Amino acid sequence: MTSVATKRMVQGGEFLITDANPNSIFTRDDLEEIQYQIASAIKEFFEKEVIPRAEEVESLNADTIRELMRKAGDVGVLGLEVPTAMGGYGQKKSTALLVGESHTKQSSFSGCIAVHTSVGMIPIVYFGTEAQRRQYLTKLLSGEWIAAYCLTEPHCGSDAMAIRTTATLSEDGKHYIINGSKMWITNAGFANLFNVAAKVDGKKFTMFIVEADTPGITLGAEEKKMGLTGSSTRPVFFDNVKVPIENILGEIGKGHHIAFNALNMGRMNIGSSSYAQLKRSISISVKYAKLRKAFGKTIADFGLIKHKLAEMAIKAYAVESMAFRTAGLIDDQLQSLDPDSSDYLARSMEVLREYAIESSIMKVYGSEAQGYGVDEALQIFGGNGYSKEYPAERDYRDARPSRIFEGTNEINRMLIVDMLIKRAMSGTLPIVSTGEQIIKDVYDTGPLPQIDPDQKDSSPFSKEKTLISNMKKASIMLLWQAAQKWMIALAEEQEVVAAISDCIMETYAAESTYLRTLKHIETKGEESSTYHITMMQVFLNDAVMRLEITARKTLAVIAEGAELGASLKSLQRLLQWQPINTVAARRQIADKIIDRESYPFD
Amino acid sequence: MKIIVCVKQVPSRDAILRINETSSWIQDRDIAYDVNEPDSYAVEEALKIKEKFGGEVVICSLGPERVQVAIKEGLAKGADRGIHICDPALDNLDALAQARAMAEVIGKEGFDLVFTGLQSDDYGFAQTGVILGELLGVPSATIAMAVEVQDGEKSVRVKRELEAGWFQWYQMPLPASISIQSGLNQPRYATLKGIMNAKKKEIRKVTLSDLSISKDLLVPKQKIERVYFPVKSKKTEIIDGSAKEAAAKLVTKLKQMRAL
Ligand SMILES: Cc1cc2nc3c(=O)[nH]c(=O)nc-3n(C[C@H](O)[C@H](O)[C@H](O)COP(=O)(O)OP(=O)(O)OC[C@H]3O[C@@H](n4cnc5c(N)ncnc54)[C@H](O)[C@@H]3O)c2cc1C
Repeated sequence: MTSVATKRMVQGGEFLITDANPNSIFTRDDLEEIQYQIASAIKEFFEKEVIPRAEEVESLNADTIRELMRKAGDVGVLGLEVPTAMGGYGQKKSTALLVGESHTKQSSFSGCIAVHTSVGMIPIVYFGTEAQRRQYLTKLLSGEWIAAYCLTEPHCGSDAMAIRTTATLSEDGKHYIINGSKMWITNAGFANLFNVAAKVDGKKFTMFIVEADTPGITLGAEEKKMGLTGSSTRPVFFDNVKVPIENILGEIGKGHHIAFNALNMGRMNIGSSSYAQLKRSISISVKYAKLRKAFGKTIADFGLIKHKLAEMAIKAYAVESMAFRTAGLIDDQLQSLDPDSSDYLARSMEVLREYAIESSIMKVYGSEAQGYGVDEALQIFGGNGYSKEYPAERDYRDARPSRIFEGTNEINRMLIVDMLIKRAMSGTLPIVSTGEQIIKDVYDTGPLPQIDPDQKDSSPFSKEKTLISNMKKASIMLLWQAAQKWMIALAEEQEVVAAISDCIMETYAAESTYLRTLKHIETKGEESSTYHITMMQVFLNDAVMRLEITARKTLAVIAEGAELGASLKSLQRLLQWQPINTVAARRQIADKIIDRESYPFD
Repeated sequence: MKIIVCVKQVPSRDAILRINETSSWIQDRDIAYDVNEPDSYAVEEALKIKEKFGGEVVICSLGPERVQVAIKEGLAKGADRGIHICDPALDNLDALAQARAMAEVIGKEGFDLVFTGLQSDDYGFAQTGVILGELLGVPSATIAMAVEVQDGEKSVRVKRELEAGWFQWYQMPLPASISIQSGLNQPRYATLKGIMNAKKKEIRKVTLSDLSISKDLLVPKQKIERVYFPVKSKKTEIIDGSAKEAAAKLVTKLKQMRAL
């Protein structure tokens, strides 16, 4: 289709410097029927095969999990995003998001699928040789084999480059001998294949495909985890494990590219499971709230319970808006590639790397929103929330590690700013010039778009539009001032970096939510968008306040005295915003949730 | 074997139902639809017979645009093609009128077996299957719990569910119409491969103008007067007398209420 080819490429991180228009973004409402069809088949698989056997899975019955993985292979879920030429289904990222919504139904088993298909299969799909793919991919696609990923070690996780596992070439030059210990390895108990990170000659970071039954591999005991009890997580020990040289993944010394790219893709997935989990939290807690009586009413009648229900929905709406927007960016680019061209895989990988900033935002913002949801759902269940007899307890425990794996949220917060600065320095994104211009405008009381108090611009939601534009300016202003002050040493000022990340994340979330809402109004009319609009307005209202507080605190770290005064004044000019009545708005949203016993729409 | 399976889309089980403004039916805004439960079993039974004897499975559905999803689900599971009878004039008719439209299409198609679900989860009339058999001039069996094609594909043996745990085996010549009860098999779910293959399968659209049914035959003979939620009420009655007398009275009462 020519329209795809001619569509301008939106760069990763570009959202921060240009204002997008509603029609340029992808939203959940743009999904096609076939995508729903695929998602509903996989949902049915979960409901008919996995849920009835949830107890077996939770007690870590390896036979059950293997059998379910084979069935997952039959349905096709394991090959969803694998290119068709390799025996997969080459589906879009947006389809994967929709499919991911079923995954909240049994988090442990979903974790097994997630590790298998992302860090388990992606290295082989994108970096494997033809022979490696022939040997392993078919078995992984069918679920006959289960894959695991061995990066973390007892002494290092976030600091992945510090791994001590070594790979030494054998005397005959035909094997590498791997020695070392890995920890926290998901699927370890029943994996047939490990993608192992090791250093060749103790220096060159390299990934290897290692078959689980190779002599010298032993497993430690299952971790006594807080949640995800149906997912196998064990240490894996390598004692003189002989791996044929044909099993090197990619190039020697470049394994960290594979390791990090695979993680990057996993981050998007956490984003999707997080809004789906929020929706699930709403469904289970609203049903309970409608039945539970206190003080002569149902607890769903109480304002404070309504607040929680509404806030879960608002967060789900925002995260979902970001997730599909980001997926749309990726899909647009992937669709414009020719799957038959020789550099298709390399270019697909570039596309995924391009949106690494957005993926990190999805991971952090999504997992923290989900954290809010499982926590408040448990609270709505009261004492029963703390009991294993009710679903809120398990959800609470299962959701927690999302903030830890695929790069902790601390690491991802720093990555967001780090990646932006790298793009600015390399000139990929004109952040430096934009920053300079903004500083000039802000300080010189120049032509700064202000939120028009008299509403001269009568187009609907023009105030919101200006506000979002100014949130971007405020974020860039912070980034620019911090970079000016600390230069390269900014990375050492982690508190500042994380605060800037927070502002950037709020901005991406606010804009995505706003654009999605406007697109919905344009296509479906304002009348059918009542709840979209209300959720967007409450989100925006709160997001700008969160951003303002963070920015004010941070400016006080960067500057002092008169300079600080000027900065604060500029910030105030940018973020002038009259708060809306969020209580009335949240009650309205909650009433809809209570009526539908679920998220307000879809 | 050529088997035509009639499939209906009904509000999904967990949909929150509301009555419409005129109390004539439920509000169809904002609710999700699924394939009627026994119809899924009918599709599965047809696919199993096809796997054994070869032939063709055709999914036929009457209803608005949205029912295409139900047809495609059947195609994704392995049915060969679909027929969508789609005309606003045919929506909201009674079972007889809708069966007339379907019978004409099915009759022209030709078939060995017509499957319907036993009844639909929405109206629950349980009429379409039998009326279809009648209009098509073929024998019918209802509430099928097993279907065995026999005699070199010339007849079919059907296990019918009767009341109180009783079953009846019934043999009839083909072509025939059978209404399928839930639970007689394990419906498969669609796979990605099936969904991809289904993209190439034909769904033929039929509108009223393609049919030669006179308008007065479509006038419903049956109409829903009013839809309402059952009113929940509590009544306590004390049965007096000696324990023995009271127990006897209680049994009589429970029998009257058909609770025993
Ligand atoms: C359920 C589960 C499944 C897992 N599955 C796998 C798997 O399949 N394969 C695999 O290889 N690993 C797996 N992991 C491991 C996971 O990837 C690591 O736990 C994670 O990367 C964090 O590393 P760590 O535990 O060593 O924590 P550390 O790196 O020691 O971090 C501890 C704390 O310090 C913070 N911190 C670390 N460095 C910095 C820094 N530079 N600046 C600021 N703060 C910092 C972290 O954010 C964290 O809060 C799994 C973990 C869990 C919980």
